[in-house]
Amino acid sequence: MKSKSSWGRNFFIGLMLLFMYAPIIIMIIYSFNASKTMANWGGFSLKWYEALFSDRDIMAALEVTVTVAVLSSITATFIGTAAAIGIHSMKRRWRNAMMYCSNIPVINPDIVTGVSLMFAFSLLAVPQGYTRLLLAHITFNIPYVILSVMPRLRQTSNSLYEAALDLGAKPSVALRKVILPQIMPGVISGAILAFTLSIDDFVISFFSQQGAQNLSIYIYSLARRGINPKINALSALMFVTVMSLLLTVNFLGGKSSPEARKKRAQKKEARIARKAGTFVMEEN
Amino acid sequence: MKRKYFAIPYAVWMLVLIIAPMILIMMYAFTGQADGAFTLDNIKEALNPVYMKVLLRSLELAVISTVICLFLGYPIAYFLSRMPARRAAILSMLFIVPMWMNFLLRTYAWMNILDTNGLINQLLVALDLGRVKLMNTQGAVVVGMVYNYLPFMILPIYNILQKMPKESIEAAQDLGSTDRQVFTKVVFPLSIPGVISGITMVFIPTITTFAISRLLGGSQFMLYGDLIENQFLSVGQANGGWHVGAALSFIMMVLVFICMAIANHFDKGEENGGTMI
Amino acid sequence: MAQHLIELVDISKDFDGEEALKNINLYIRDGEFLTLLGPSGCGKTTMLRIIAGFEAPSSGKVFIDGKDVTNVPAYKRKVNTVFQKYALFPHLNVSDNVAFGLKLRKIEKSKIEKKVHEMLEMVELQGFETRSVEALSGGQQQRVAIARALANEPEVLLLDEPLGALDLKLRKEMQLELKRMQQQLGITFIYVTHDQEEALTMSDTIVVMRKGVIQQIGTPIDIYNEPKNAYVADFIGESNILPGVMVEDYFVEFSGKGFNCVDKGFTPNEAVDVVIRPEDIKIVPPSDGTLSGVVSSVVFMGVHYEMQIDTGEHTFLVHSTSKAEEGVHVGLSFFPDDIHIMRKDVEE
Repeated sequence: MKSKSSWGRNFFIGLMLLFMYAPIIIMIIYSFNASKTMANWGGFSLKWYEALFSDRDIMAALEVTVTVAVLSSITATFIGTAAAIGIHSMKRRWRNAMMYCSNIPVINPDIVTGVSLMFAFSLLAVPQGYTRLLLAHITFNIPYVILSVMPRLRQTSNSLYEAALDLGAKPSVALRKVILPQIMPGVISGAILAFTLSIDDFVISFFSQQGAQNLSIYIYSLARRGINPKINALSALMFVTVMSLLLTVNFLGGKSSPEARKKRAQKKEARIARKAGTFVMEEN
Repeated sequence: MKRKYFAIPYAVWMLVLIIAPMILIMMYAFTGQADGAFTLDNIKEALNPVYMKVLLRSLELAVISTVICLFLGYPIAYFLSRMPARRAAILSMLFIVPMWMNFLLRTYAWMNILDTNGLINQLLVALDLGRVKLMNTQGAVVVGMVYNYLPFMILPIYNILQKMPKESIEAAQDLGSTDRQVFTKVVFPLSIPGVISGITMVFIPTITTFAISRLLGGSQFMLYGDLIENQFLSVGQANGGWHVGAALSFIMMVLVFICMAIANHFDKGEENGGTMI
Repeated sequence: MAQHLIELVDISKDFDGEEALKNINLYIRDGEFLTLLGPSGCGKTTMLRIIAGFEAPSSGKVFIDGKDVTNVPAYKRKVNTVFQKYALFPHLNVSDNVAFGLKLRKIEKSKIEKKVHEMLEMVELQGFETRSVEALSGGQQQRVAIARALANEPEVLLLDEPLGALDLKLRKEMQLELKRMQQQLGITFIYVTHDQEEALTMSDTIVVMRKGVIQQIGTPIDIYNEPKNAYVADFIGESNILPGVMVEDYFVEFSGKGFNCVDKGFTPNEAVDVVIRPEDIKIVPPSDGTLSGVVSSVVFMGVHYEMQIDTGEHTFLVHSTSKAEEGVHVGLSFFPDDIHIMRKDVEE
């Protein structure tokens, strides 16, 4: 009985994995198809890759995506860490109020956040294009940094701070030399999380662009016009990048691999949760 | 400088870019285009039969997608939780990796497959079964949604099943339960918080999505997210689109709020350091 | 240098309406080992934190070495603290922890190294410089905490129940260690504890506190032998406390009998509390004792037997090295100066 049911289980899991990967694999295969449609195989060709690289719009979109991700995650990390420290030392009522507000972009569906940002930008006459995109990304990144740093702050005993003061450190020095090192893992994972979310964002960026496209928006506009093998090529490249990143991180931290895996698992979970609008963050 | 003042930059930022706009949306929802006076016209417009039909359709598709995700996701999570730790870790990661691909690319992937000249139709033609219209159907949208959100269902359930103390299961077995009873009476009830989490994480995005429906459903029919996008971007500010769009958004926010409230009611007490409003 | 190194004048502290300290007046001498003793919530830790500078008093002033430091923040006071849970910096090793305060003052590196070495030697952790603090045992962590605080050469060392987390044997060893250190260094130690045995062992002066009010200040012997009120008597050591009447000076009535005693200054026939220590009561043949009763329980405590004698009016606790059998009728005997008279508590 054991082997029969485990065969059934394995088959089911295998099927599901196929379901998850088939579309991607198909895209990769057809990225090498010389013919434009899937109707026939025109032979192995790299022309779509060439087209991809010579497509200036894509390269521009890629640049926008990466720069926005880097800038917004760094800014969000600074503002968010400072905010977390501030919120942590507030009285309970204020703290709850701040956290409630801070979690609004986390809970709200993307579309509502995107629309409300559009409102804000237009009323404040923020210049369209890159500026709006950047501000939007910073806005939705900060709450995740805060949610990443807060548990660490809670874990850090207040007597450490007092001990530093007691030994003669000014409050700012105590913060820098004692509290910051303690919360650093949270700060870093917050930054990484922000970066990941930013790279992948579509909906919020959609409402904030008009002028600057990030990768998601570009793909959307391309895909709307129908099937385009350039996208296949892009997917193939992206998949390879993701896989190699995964493998490097996994093998890089040889002895810290369980930690690295845990960290990435946390990152993944949080990112997934973000997309759904509910936040569940696992601390160990 | 008092530490709590560190939060001031963010407080200001939040006020300007998060809180104020939300209030603005509310205001726009309830004021008229022409004069800015209080009016329920927008809400009435938002509640008109055509839009309501769209809302219903969106809900319908969301429910179907969520249910499918649940029926596929729970078994996956369950089987994974029963596997030896290493294998389970690798497999669960395999299920998550596609999430790292861009959301749109994942949706586009199905365009390839479902298209008139796409893979499935290729197969059907080869088998002499003629072509089937798969794209631009509600079915396509459901497939797209399930594909994108299945891992959201798997993960919370897997998490909670993994954390389940083995002693509970052993105690049940010790007291004479069969495998099936162990599941129905111990494992499943204890996994419900994870199920609720998963349902929430799938259902809410599926109501509000618009990219999936646009790419896989074409402009044939709209979902609620499309409606909102349409009002804001196509109809535009000048034509009152912002007011109607705001009203539609307002209705959506109410819906989401209700869903979260229900979810919270069932899920008293998160065991991990989560924040769920 | 002022003879009174630390002075607390009219210190009161309340937290959201709850009064933690009520009008405290206290001075602490240079070079003494002073213990704040009392149960949880009596205000002793609050008082320590006010001296350290982590809390500001709601009213009153704090003077250190003659200067008003009431509004001076903690990092500017020449006072160092050993925290209850040690508060070692996990991201720094032992040596960096100990050197923390010194590094802040930008002292020359070689001097710092020398000082760290000196401190670690004093707490008997030589060679532990590069160890990670998280890998140390509780006792070792505690010694690092002490080394870290003393490295700064403070005028006053504050210790907030530092021995609470240690096992009994280690605790007793550390008590003697700390006392020795204090005498060797010659600086003031202010020690907070709820353990009266600890206080009696280590202190030059004990301050007994209750609900934010000082009950008594004195040397261990004074407090033990001459408790000022029933609370102190009950808190310190074991005692028999019974109601009595001070008929006249040097004569008190309790338990239905009259006794000569050595206290005076009460109004005639004033109601008082009478305290007799268990070890001061001797078991004698019934005819020889001033009181008599039946032995209701005998427990072997190692050093002595703890026995309860029921006289009908009161059950007396007696500590003796000689054993009486349960159920036997015995006599109790004690000297007049073993009888301590205290004013009745007017506490709420």
